[in-house]
Amino acid sequence: MASNHRQDGDGTGGGNAGRRPPEWADGLKQLYDSVVEEALPDSFKDLLDKLDDIDPARARNAAGSEAPPQGRGTQGQ
Amino acid sequence: MTDERTSSDKRSAGEKSDFKRELTAVVPHLRAFARGLCGRPDLADDLVQETLLKAWAAQDRFEPGTSMRAWTFVILRNAYLTDMRRNRFRGEYDEGVAERILTAPAGQEEPIHLSDLHRALLTLPAERREALLLVGAGGFSYEEAAAICGCAVGTIKSRVGRARAALSEMLANGAIPRRSTDDDVAHRAILEELDEVAAGNGVSSRG
Repeated sequence: MASNHRQDGDGTGGGNAGRRPPEWADGLKQLYDSVVEEALPDSFKDLLDKLDDIDPARARNAAGSEAPPQGRGTQGQ
Repeated sequence: MTDERTSSDKRSAGEKSDFKRELTAVVPHLRAFARGLCGRPDLADDLVQETLLKAWAAQDRFEPGTSMRAWTFVILRNAYLTDMRRNRFRGEYDEGVAERILTAPAGQEEPIHLSDLHRALLTLPAERREALLLVGAGGFSYEEAAAICGCAVGTIKSRVGRARAALSEMLANGAIPRRSTDDDVAHRAILEELDEVAAGNGVSSRG
């Protein structure tokens, strides 16, 4: 709570207030960035091209059955 | 289930094309987040495609000017939790991560490889893994990560702290399981935890 508020979007900000980020911290970013920098597979370009032809209202109905079961705390096996 | 068929018509053509442009721009980030969550690139990409379709269907719920990345991450996260509960992912990791040396700290015999880090990451409980991914890899603030996960900021800080401690320990000791969830007991525990997380109960039950 007492940690100084920083407005820049650097998510590792908390690590600077006394705690040293672990030596592997940069590796986490490397893993993430390596995927961000990958060339986008054609399947994504195809999907993005197709989106304009999909009416959101109809897509919503189709996706409706797939809606995340938020709050349905089923614990049974 | 309310049918808001007309609400998307309220959007101007400009807003619609803005949405498409912003959605397109976050795809690489969705892929990176999904890869971190579920490990295997093919399953991760399936998850992203599912997310894109859901985001498209829900576009009238997106507030222009807010973060598209944060908004789509919520959708991806929910899709991931649903799929996990259907047993689609078994914590398999990406065999293709290069055996690249990440760092060779002084005084340690074994260098840390990126693949070790990745595998260690995948052994973490889902809620800690996602917290660490959002903050430590995705560069989200604790506040943003808390909003994405639907929990308190303090909870995110605690999860990130625990995740970091666990990774540090695993990497320092070289004690990284080859496969986290070959063990059925571990897998069942993960699924039970996912139930908690998906139901929004993760906040109270653990720190």
